[in-house]
Amino acid sequence: MTGNTEKHDGLPRVGFYICHCGTNIAGTIDVADVRKYAEGLPGVAIARDYKYMCSDPGQEMIAADIKKHKLERLVVAACSPNLHEETFRKAAARGGLNPFYFQMVNIREHASWVHTDKLAATRKVKDLSRAAIARVRFHHALDKQRVPVDPNVLVVGGGIAGIHAALTLANAGKQVTLVEKEATIGGHMALFDKTFPTLDCAACILTPKMSAVKSHPNIKLWTYSEVEKVEGYVGNYKVQVKRKPRYVDEDLCVGCMECIDACVFKEPKFRDKFNQGLGKRKPVYIDFPQATPKVVLVDPETCIQLKTGKCKKSCAEVCDRKAFNFEQKEKIEEIKVGAIVLATGFKTYDAGRDPNYGYGRYPGVYTALEVERLVNASGPTSGEVVLRDGKHPKAVGIVHCVGSRDDKSNKWCSRVCCMYSLKLAHLIKEHTGAEVYNFYIDMRAPGKAYEEFYDKLLSEGVHFVRGRVSDVTDWAMTPEEEGRLVIRVEDTLAGFVRRIPVDMVVLSTGLEPQADAQEVRRRFNIGCGTEGFFQERHPKLAPVNTFTEGVFIAGGCQAPRDIPDTVAQAGAAAAEALALIDAGFVELEPNTSHIAAEECSGCKTCVPLCPYSAISMEKAGENAKAVINEVLCKGCGVCAAACPSGSIKQNLFSDDEIFSEIEGVLTK
Amino acid sequence: MTEKFEPRIVAFFCNWCTYTAADLAGVSRLKYAPNVRVIRVMCSGRVDPQFVLDAFARGADGVLLGGCHPGDCHYAEGNYKTLRRMRMLERMLKGMGIYDGRFRLEWISGAEGDKVRAVVNEITEKVRALGPLDMPGKFKEWDKEIEELEAHINQGGPRKEKLHV
Repeated sequence: MTGNTEKHDGLPRVGFYICHCGTNIAGTIDVADVRKYAEGLPGVAIARDYKYMCSDPGQEMIAADIKKHKLERLVVAACSPNLHEETFRKAAARGGLNPFYFQMVNIREHASWVHTDKLAATRKVKDLSRAAIARVRFHHALDKQRVPVDPNVLVVGGGIAGIHAALTLANAGKQVTLVEKEATIGGHMALFDKTFPTLDCAACILTPKMSAVKSHPNIKLWTYSEVEKVEGYVGNYKVQVKRKPRYVDEDLCVGCMECIDACVFKEPKFRDKFNQGLGKRKPVYIDFPQATPKVVLVDPETCIQLKTGKCKKSCAEVCDRKAFNFEQKEKIEEIKVGAIVLATGFKTYDAGRDPNYGYGRYPGVYTALEVERLVNASGPTSGEVVLRDGKHPKAVGIVHCVGSRDDKSNKWCSRVCCMYSLKLAHLIKEHTGAEVYNFYIDMRAPGKAYEEFYDKLLSEGVHFVRGRVSDVTDWAMTPEEEGRLVIRVEDTLAGFVRRIPVDMVVLSTGLEPQADAQEVRRRFNIGCGTEGFFQERHPKLAPVNTFTEGVFIAGGCQAPRDIPDTVAQAGAAAAEALALIDAGFVELEPNTSHIAAEECSGCKTCVPLCPYSAISMEKAGENAKAVINEVLCKGCGVCAAACPSGSIKQNLFSDDEIFSEIEGVLTK
Repeated sequence: MTEKFEPRIVAFFCNWCTYTAADLAGVSRLKYAPNVRVIRVMCSGRVDPQFVLDAFARGADGVLLGGCHPGDCHYAEGNYKTLRRMRMLERMLKGMGIYDGRFRLEWISGAEGDKVRAVVNEITEKVRALGPLDMPGKFKEWDKEIEELEAHINQGGPRKEKLHV
């Protein structure tokens, strides 16, 4: 497994190591052949292949070789540098070598896993290895730069994920700013009546946490606010938050709601967004009785005073705290934080996109969220399941997978719909005694006590029909169907098409990325997957991290998930943020650029190119040279590419290094 | 040429989007042509047009440059600078006889592993159809011509044609 060539041709002594990765690499690449080939390359003092380079013995072998063979450079051909670059840098350091005298060759993700032609893949690996060996000669010893970390944290989104992350961080003694775009925190969970599978009351478990957020001395709660701009880097973010006007002073209002009674509109007549449009509200309103903060707000679209300036302002008059301020303006506040947790949640699928289900056309068709409000004791009907025409349903059909597992809309399974459909089936049956039908493709109940909940529903007399519903129609074919909605479905277990008349249809809509997910992720400089949910750094090993250090994600913004998983992930994101903060400093990759003053002609080409304004002219006058502020430089290398005199060098990506790599991959 | 022509393509992939996408293609075990050699840069904006020219000069039959989608650059706007430079470079390459298809700039996000597969396969097929570029071979031929001319002039022999050197 080893080859050893003692030679020294005036070049730095390179150690070359190629990993089998079990059979992950060795199954496709002839590693022994590559090792033999590398032995013959100029400067290579030792070349070895080993089953698992990243294992302890593999790393120790490297460290020992560095000492024994007086290695001056290290090249490891293994997996992606995104995975193990740091591992081998540390191994180099243990051997007494500066960790940046190291280059990694990606022969797993970029070769063995993506090619089937063994000969061609091995040739590719030889080319890549030769390039790395050529390039590593030009490496310099570098030090990581340490910068202090601001101990404050920003949490964006006040659903259960944001609430839990904020509380965890605040309990650990960190100062947290929680920014929520709606007027109250609580998110989707605040809309629910019960939660599956335990059927405990959502408000009973959520509202204590909401109050805890409000009263926590370490949490600054900014609702009705949105993050406008994010600048800076890990440990040192500068964030601008837009605080929208409520026209009510948050510090003065005590939430007595007397102003709502006093409003010149005697009856509520405007669409109540919180109740999914099933209820009405006045221009001055509060979303729900436990809204946090318990502060009213005024809707400028409907308030007569704000629209025309000609109202008798009975709301303001009745307020003995003098909390109303119709002159309130939007304001921008700036905060500094070391870490950011994004918990911006999801939205539900727009059921109107599937016209065959008749949502918006037949008043008897509801979305699941609407039904959540209908069965909720604090909802628009005080928990009475009553249809839009005032009748009580005798039969209810629940249609699963609306906007999920569908090539025409969203391909993914939304994970929670089967379970919440079961919950709604139970609640509707409990509230109305109606016959309840579930139309499902597959029943997915993969959680603690979830399958048991399904079993319970089976014994409660709820009907289950396996098949995707084709359409909902009011076209009656029998007297029994007259005046009702008919669900047409192929019962795939019975093997024939059925028509089932019902009075109410519930569409179990799937979970989608927020409408502004793309804007938001650009603001925070993170990525989205193809479906539009925020991209995690690694699907298994870094599920709450992002590619931007110091920005973490939790909950439905990353993928559809239920409450237990969301809370667990929020805790994980908080822990990652704590680990970052409590270290006290971060080490930045030293791939910054610098300018060789003696070569700089002072042409200023680089100055406007830098996205971070890190380059300035040293002094005024004819002989001015450009200088780079290393603290501001993020290491993109845009300036180095543009410098006409080649006097800008990017650490780890200098011209010498890249040209030698180009030459290396192309030498025959 | 007896040996079957296999294109040699050099790729410059930005660390944050396209290189990550290539990692994702690997993790997803997507299969694509083994003709591309990837050189990692932190940002596509680091790619000096000279890198592309150097790759061609050293024998690359094609060059692929991958960066983040516009608006998605990890460094805010590096890819816009890449776009400007490469539009100019493309015109220059044409002037040098390196035509459309041998050089390609693609925006591939970290989630688009399948796009890496598709783009690598496409450029490989395209360059295979175009045939070898062999700039080093052309340089040798040109050097030889110059040497012959030089020798001819030094011998003082009569000029066959007027020189434009």
